[in-house]
Amino acid sequence: MTSAIELVNVSKIYRRYGGRHFSTLKSALLQRSILRDLRPSETFPALTGVTFTVPKGSTYGVIGRNGSGKSTALKLVAGITKPTTGQVHVDGRISALIELGAGFHPEISGRENVFINGIMLGLTKREIQERFDEIVDFAELREFIDAPVKTYSSGMYMRLGFAVAIHVNPDVLLVDEVLAVGDEGFTHKCLDKFAEFRRRGKTILLVTHSLNLVERFCDEALWLDEGHAMTHGDPKRVVGAYLTKVSEGEEVLLATTSAKAVEEATKASAEEESSQGGKPVEHPVDPTSNMFEATEGRWGSREIEIFDVTFLDSAGEPSHVFHSGDRMSIRLKVRTSKATDDFVFGIGLFNADGVCCYGTNTLLEEMSPQHLDGEAEATFAIDGLDLVEGTYKVDVAVHKQDGYQYDYHRLLYTFRVKSRIRDVGIYRPRHRWAFSPGVQFKSPSTSSGQAPSMSPGPSSDDR
Amino acid sequence: MFSNLANLFRYRGLIQSLVARELKARYRGSALGFLWSFINPLLFLLIYTFVFAVVLPALHTRELEPFALFMFCGILPWTWFSSALSEATNSLLSGGNLIKKVLFPAEILPLVSVLANMIHFFLGLPILIGFLVYYQRWPDAWDLLWFPVTVLVQLVFTAALALVLSALTVHFRDIRDILANVLTLWFFSTPILYWIKEAPGFSKAVLDLNPMTHVVVSYQEILFFRGPIGHWKWLLATGAMSVLLFLAGFWLFDRLRDSFAESV
Repeated sequence: MTSAIELVNVSKIYRRYGGRHFSTLKSALLQRSILRDLRPSETFPALTGVTFTVPKGSTYGVIGRNGSGKSTALKLVAGITKPTTGQVHVDGRISALIELGAGFHPEISGRENVFINGIMLGLTKREIQERFDEIVDFAELREFIDAPVKTYSSGMYMRLGFAVAIHVNPDVLLVDEVLAVGDEGFTHKCLDKFAEFRRRGKTILLVTHSLNLVERFCDEALWLDEGHAMTHGDPKRVVGAYLTKVSEGEEVLLATTSAKAVEEATKASAEEESSQGGKPVEHPVDPTSNMFEATEGRWGSREIEIFDVTFLDSAGEPSHVFHSGDRMSIRLKVRTSKATDDFVFGIGLFNADGVCCYGTNTLLEEMSPQHLDGEAEATFAIDGLDLVEGTYKVDVAVHKQDGYQYDYHRLLYTFRVKSRIRDVGIYRPRHRWAFSPGVQFKSPSTSSGQAPSMSPGPSSDDR
Repeated sequence: MFSNLANLFRYRGLIQSLVARELKARYRGSALGFLWSFINPLLFLLIYTFVFAVVLPALHTRELEPFALFMFCGILPWTWFSSALSEATNSLLSGGNLIKKVLFPAEILPLVSVLANMIHFFLGLPILIGFLVYYQRWPDAWDLLWFPVTVLVQLVFTAALALVLSALTVHFRDIRDILANVLTLWFFSTPILYWIKEAPGFSKAVLDLNPMTHVVVSYQEILFFRGPIGHWKWLLATGAMSVLLFLAGFWLFDRLRDSFAESV
């Protein structure tokens, strides 16, 4: 198969021009260093040794975090910038949907702008004349086409830009995150147009954050991270690898925020205590009573101290990111200097809005304390974390049966629940749908179980 | 570089439509529309006529009567020159979107500024013709053949400067502010409001170093003074110099081209 786009060991280094004598002719003239000042004093590698090939007629997705070099790669392919080292080879006419309507002039009419934009993109006047009606209909702007472009809404502007660019009839189409331009209907139209391009054997290079789109549309995908090509190939595998990395990143972030929160709260409560002469401060007993003004904190007498809280995944490994429905355990490590027979362990789960999703303690569950001494562990095991996607915070506490607090950790621990189903609410009950024979759905492969609407997928186990 | 230069020809359709857009967009929304192309130079002329023909009539010799016509022969091309340069200097910055987001030959932007202002110059010519008819001064037919040559020389010279200034302005924004002042100085260093023959010895030598002197004097000799044009050698020399300057300017532009998308 011949290639439409070929990048061989491409690096792009952006220059940051000298900060101090930036853009002043005076200093350049005084030091006779115009050309020297134009040389970079600091550089920033946007792409490093990237190699990939897009076969003719295929759809190729590029994913990665913000600032990973996706757009730079696209600009190199488009020829807008030149690679610092390496070769870029493109076969055929390119149309770049990078910035829609970039060449529009606000003062003149949509009609005139279509012509000028088309010429900029390489069409002749006659070609535009032939496609004009099609372009206007595609943009759904027939009534407004003779109004100056400055009177257009941003959606109209983008639609017109998209319509012109897509009607250039390129061999290679470069798309940079532009599907967010219109309403649902227009987005579908764009996707249909892409599908038509594919059928006609055109090559599409797609840069997007929509992993869904990559999985559904692309024949191959490339994952860029900080300018390096991490992996490429089958879209499902590449997206999977990328998602794993993202969870790892979140994991690290959540771990550090939790650690920081605990440290700060501990310090704050220590200060409070010392200022109050060591007397334990009164704090609300019931965490749900003031859940709308919940703030992080730690208080209590510390006769029994919680010195470690860890979330464990199904394998017993510490983690902060869980999938909806996973097993999850919250392990408390406590210690006390003197043996006691009056203790209650409590747990509260809160979502990002501060709503208590669940709260319980050993007393409520009618466990009568008998003995606790030295170091000990208490584990709250959840068989299925049936929560919708989101970030959750956890209260943990040890107190007397009468409410006297030994150690209360308020919202200090954070974990994240991920899900591929975009359902809403807090709680996802285990469920399945059943239908009479009169109701039929397409086979799951076309929708990939990722219905874009808010309805849950075909079955709760699909993730 | 020469392939890029050849590309300019390929882009003529684009240049043409951008010039048309420039002209259309400029006066869109103003009540008098493109009439301003006539009114602006007229108002400019009116001011100078008031100062130099009404308030200070003794400053010029009788040979320069009608003085308004004499001044207009210089002011009209000067307006083209100076507004083309101020617009071209800004053209890469204001067209930044195009350079950054679209595969677009950047040199077109300053050239469009020069050409759009040339069209304005042409639109001002009917006023000049009106003056010639009014004062019953009929230029020599053979002299008129030099008129397109003069326009061409001015076009090449202006385009050369436009390329250099626009490219450098991307890196040195100060040029925009410097240019406004330089143009004022340049205006008075060009024999527009006075006759070059009256300039004393040394200053004449200085004026001769100014390419715009020869362009403006050529216009004056063709349109205002009777008799055969005596300045054509200077004009052709200026033209040759302009071509060299244009090539040098294009070379500089080409060298800086790759930095535009990142620095605009």
